[in-house]
Amino acid sequence: MAALLQHAGYEEERLLRVAQQMPCREVQAGMLLSLMGQPQQYSYPSIFIYGHRASGKSHVMHVLLKELELPHATVSCVECVSVALLFEQVLLSFFGCDAASLLPRSPSLSDFVRIYRQQCSQSPAKQTRYIVMEKAELLRDTDANLLPALLRLQELVEDNVTIILLSEIVWDKFRPNTGCFEPLLLHFPDYSKGELQQILSQDRHPSYTAEFYSSYINILLGVFYSVCRDLRELRHLAALNFSKFCEPLAEGKVKETDTHKLWRNIEPHLKKAMQTVYLREVSSLQWEQMQQMEEKESGALRGLSAHTHVELPYYSKFLLIAAYLASYNPARTDKRFFLKVDRFNFTPKNLLNHLLGPKPFPLDRLLAIFYSVVDNRVAPTASIFSQISSLVTLQLLTQVSHDDQLDAPKYKCAVSMDFICAISRTVNFDIVKYLYDFL
Amino acid sequence: MATSEAECLCLCLQLTGTVCNLLSLIFQGCFVFKPSAKKKKKTLSLGEITFVLQDELNRKILDSLLDFTRKCSSTRQHSDWASQMRASEIPTAALVLGVNVPDHDMTFQSLSELLQQSVTPHVASVQAKECGGEGLLALVLERLMDTVVTVDDEEEEETEQTSTQLHKSVHCSLSTLCDWYNAKTMKSKTGTPGKKRSSPVRDDPQQPPVVIIFKDLEAFNPKVLQDFILICSRYVERLPLMFIFGIATSPSTIQHMLPHSVSSLLCIELFQSLSCTQHLATVIDKLILTPQFPFKLNGKVMQVLMSIFLYHDFSVRNFIKGVQLALLEHFHSQPLSVLCCKKKEALLNVMQLSHHDLESIRHLLSFRRYVEKQEPQEQLNLFRDDTHLKEVCQKLIKDLRKYHKNYYPVLRCLHTLTSSLPRYPLGKQVRELHLICLEKNVWENEDYQTAMKLLKMLAKDELIASLQRCVEILQPVKSKKMKKALVELEELLAKFKQLDSKFLLCRLTWGLSLFSNNSYCWWNREWKSTTLLEMNESRRAKKLSPFEVLRNEALEFIDGLVKSHLSPPESQTLNEVCYYSSSATVRRHLNATPRTSIQAALSSPYYYLQNESLKTEDGTVSNAAPDICIAYKLHLECGRLINLYDWLEAYATVVSAAEGNNPDSDNVRKVEEVKHARFIQAVSELEFLGFIKSTKQKTDHVARLTWGGC
Repeated sequence: MAALLQHAGYEEERLLRVAQQMPCREVQAGMLLSLMGQPQQYSYPSIFIYGHRASGKSHVMHVLLKELELPHATVSCVECVSVALLFEQVLLSFFGCDAASLLPRSPSLSDFVRIYRQQCSQSPAKQTRYIVMEKAELLRDTDANLLPALLRLQELVEDNVTIILLSEIVWDKFRPNTGCFEPLLLHFPDYSKGELQQILSQDRHPSYTAEFYSSYINILLGVFYSVCRDLRELRHLAALNFSKFCEPLAEGKVKETDTHKLWRNIEPHLKKAMQTVYLREVSSLQWEQMQQMEEKESGALRGLSAHTHVELPYYSKFLLIAAYLASYNPARTDKRFFLKVDRFNFTPKNLLNHLLGPKPFPLDRLLAIFYSVVDNRVAPTASIFSQISSLVTLQLLTQVSHDDQLDAPKYKCAVSMDFICAISRTVNFDIVKYLYDFL
Repeated sequence: MATSEAECLCLCLQLTGTVCNLLSLIFQGCFVFKPSAKKKKKTLSLGEITFVLQDELNRKILDSLLDFTRKCSSTRQHSDWASQMRASEIPTAALVLGVNVPDHDMTFQSLSELLQQSVTPHVASVQAKECGGEGLLALVLERLMDTVVTVDDEEEEETEQTSTQLHKSVHCSLSTLCDWYNAKTMKSKTGTPGKKRSSPVRDDPQQPPVVIIFKDLEAFNPKVLQDFILICSRYVERLPLMFIFGIATSPSTIQHMLPHSVSSLLCIELFQSLSCTQHLATVIDKLILTPQFPFKLNGKVMQVLMSIFLYHDFSVRNFIKGVQLALLEHFHSQPLSVLCCKKKEALLNVMQLSHHDLESIRHLLSFRRYVEKQEPQEQLNLFRDDTHLKEVCQKLIKDLRKYHKNYYPVLRCLHTLTSSLPRYPLGKQVRELHLICLEKNVWENEDYQTAMKLLKMLAKDELIASLQRCVEILQPVKSKKMKKALVELEELLAKFKQLDSKFLLCRLTWGLSLFSNNSYCWWNREWKSTTLLEMNESRRAKKLSPFEVLRNEALEFIDGLVKSHLSPPESQTLNEVCYYSSSATVRRHLNATPRTSIQAALSSPYYYLQNESLKTEDGTVSNAAPDICIAYKLHLECGRLINLYDWLEAYATVVSAAEGNNPDSDNVRKVEEVKHARFIQAVSELEFLGFIKSTKQKTDHVARLTWGGC
């Protein structure tokens, strides 16, 4: 395996260490190394690496650059809310803080290039410098000239520098309209089951043997591989359930080699964990507590989604009901529901409005419906109106119009059918009777 | 805010000229957060009580939160396998607080104080409205650095330097915070021993966690929050970060706001606080259902405050504010409120009453009712002799105090008995029962009758248990009558218990005698049927078992207690001294109706301007009224669309009539321009107030936005 990583210009020991640290990514790393060439050689100006989440992009880059001790700057684009941050981090890691402080207050790209060249002439690159940009897809939202300029930064600054972009999205989605320098594309494929097994087995528990842990991982993958291939999630699940897996061992009932019995023991728990894959309903800590509690009493601790009940003041409930009705009933049917005098016969289409989602409605329609659904006379007090805005802050309603628009604001109801049914049950209001879709 | 309240109070003091201990007590209540020397008084003020209460209520959840933070910071340093696997997750506490958002401030304040005292000096709390867009990170950094400035004075220079650096550099990133934190912890490691002694509570001075509190999670922009968490997770290895989310609705909002890629970075633990209704119940219990405070609310005011709570905001803080307002209004508007204070002072104050005050006592409704019951001679005395009246007043005040002392224990007893009945005829909560009792004689209430009927069907265990609880309620009460009642109740209980043993004995002997009589074949079927018949007959004859007799006795005793002590306060003489009754004022202040006031101002300007010339009969507006009132009045007569020219004509006619001109004369034309301008102003004012708006449906027309009219 390590043969793939044999490369001139780098010490063999280091390459070996690199190979150990990234199992199942030797091919990609070897490819990268050959692209990078020897440290002092000029490298290709820009490389674009893409692959799904947790496919080892950042990890491989990090290990390579760190272990081979190449000059580099790693920047996460999430963190760089302004380009200034990006420039500063790059300058900081290449030339130290003096260079970073030379940047003007809101630097432009040319400022950056100027300072880079200035610094570069003082300390020219002996080795290729690398700029790694994680979550590069966010670069698309910045200034239009940033991405094309970064792609050919080598030409601009006349230095041996290579940009490496890491993203979960393919390059086709990046290409600007005006065209740009095409980077080299490198794909990191998803790990296969065997590879996952190999990687997960690496973080074994120190007090158990490697074989034991690997058999545990084998069982885990057998259950979860069909629904979840995300390495990070699998690692979370492995950590979550391992203590349960070890329980019979600790009690001395089973030997480490008795895989079948261990499997019998862990299977129901894994099945249960299967229901909450990806949800992260409870914390890892609470999950463990839950596992312990289970023997005593079940259902004492519930997941996040079990707590959906919301206690609201009486009129807020009716306001929410009115908002729901206004969102899901066509305005022309209001007469039918709320005027007792004339009753038209509509032929409703099945569930159409509910399939289309909530529609915006103006404030006065909300209030008109509110006054007709609430059973006793309510004075139009200030607190009624403030309740509307607090429903908005609680995200039960959303304001559709702009915040600044004082005149006739529009809202949408943002709660689900189940939620509103539960609310209306507490105030003895039969909401289904008033919904156009359910006539 | 507190100072303005205080000023207001001072004003009241001057206005009423009453020097009352209670006022000073609420005065303290306003400054409850600032420790003052006055606080050391033995008696607790309203504000203090509420503060203490809130602290107690939150204690449990706060303690568990503190434990959580401690545990998290300690597991970080352990290097066991499980915590290593979890190292990349940020520990997060999801704190579900309920929808009463105004109350949360207090909780968060005490939470961050407690955290700073016992776990970590690095606590930053942020609110959504403070950080729109990208300000969140900057705000967090600022808060964290600033808190340190206030904690350690010695290092102020240092941190100032860093903060100036922060300002000098164009941006602020978490790496700055990391560096700052490292410098900070390094320093505390090598810090002087004297410094360490100053903070002995901190169990882990080396690596205190950095806690960031999001006060209102729902209001945050999800994008901002996601980015913030992503950024933080990059630094979690270097910086022991921790989040606390304040959630108003339900924990599932976390899932709504954060996608899996973000929420997988968090290790969320859930904490649920007490519901606001429980919170209110405790506040009412400690604040209102107690003879400790002489100030009382009457039924209607209670009703208003309760309905604001239940129907509008669920906010306990607003409820307390309402009580404070009532208190203020009471001392402001009722001159006799000088007597509403502690017993000794009240008796003293009675002696110092002026003739004028005594006259107002004589005018009190409850006092007049009292006088009518007296002998004619006594009546005369009461009306003529001031000193005699003072003596009587002292006695009456004492009676009122006694009434209160007996009222609350009996109320609680009745509640314990009735709260477990099916369908809760007298309410589930003690406050509901209190409201019923405030209104009228509770024993005349139909629900009370049904409750009593249900009580008569109660099984023995339940009855004994609730009577036992009544005994517990009565035990700490010091009044004579209650002590007597306690003795009686205990006797009753003893009888019940005796009954228990006696009954067993009876049964045993009866069984034995049967057995000996019919020993020949007690399994004989014939024997069985005859004995059963006998038993039935005996039951019919007796009708009531000894238990039933005793049960009736107990209930009659309770009924007697209720009838003698739970009469409504309105029946008590001099109740006006203690009871605040103006529910309309409270409602007007707490539950404002802006729309109604505007309409009132427009349709009857006299109400606000108090100008005699504006006084008119109902439904009409004097033509001397302000222009906008006239325009408003005229627009009420129109339909959905108003022709502007017709409106102007009508307006001009009314105004010229006001000026005393004959509308038909020629010089009407001349002043038209001024009137025209005034009319346009009035119309645009109406548009500004939202009564009309311009429309494109018809030329020269405006649309009405309100409906109804003359």
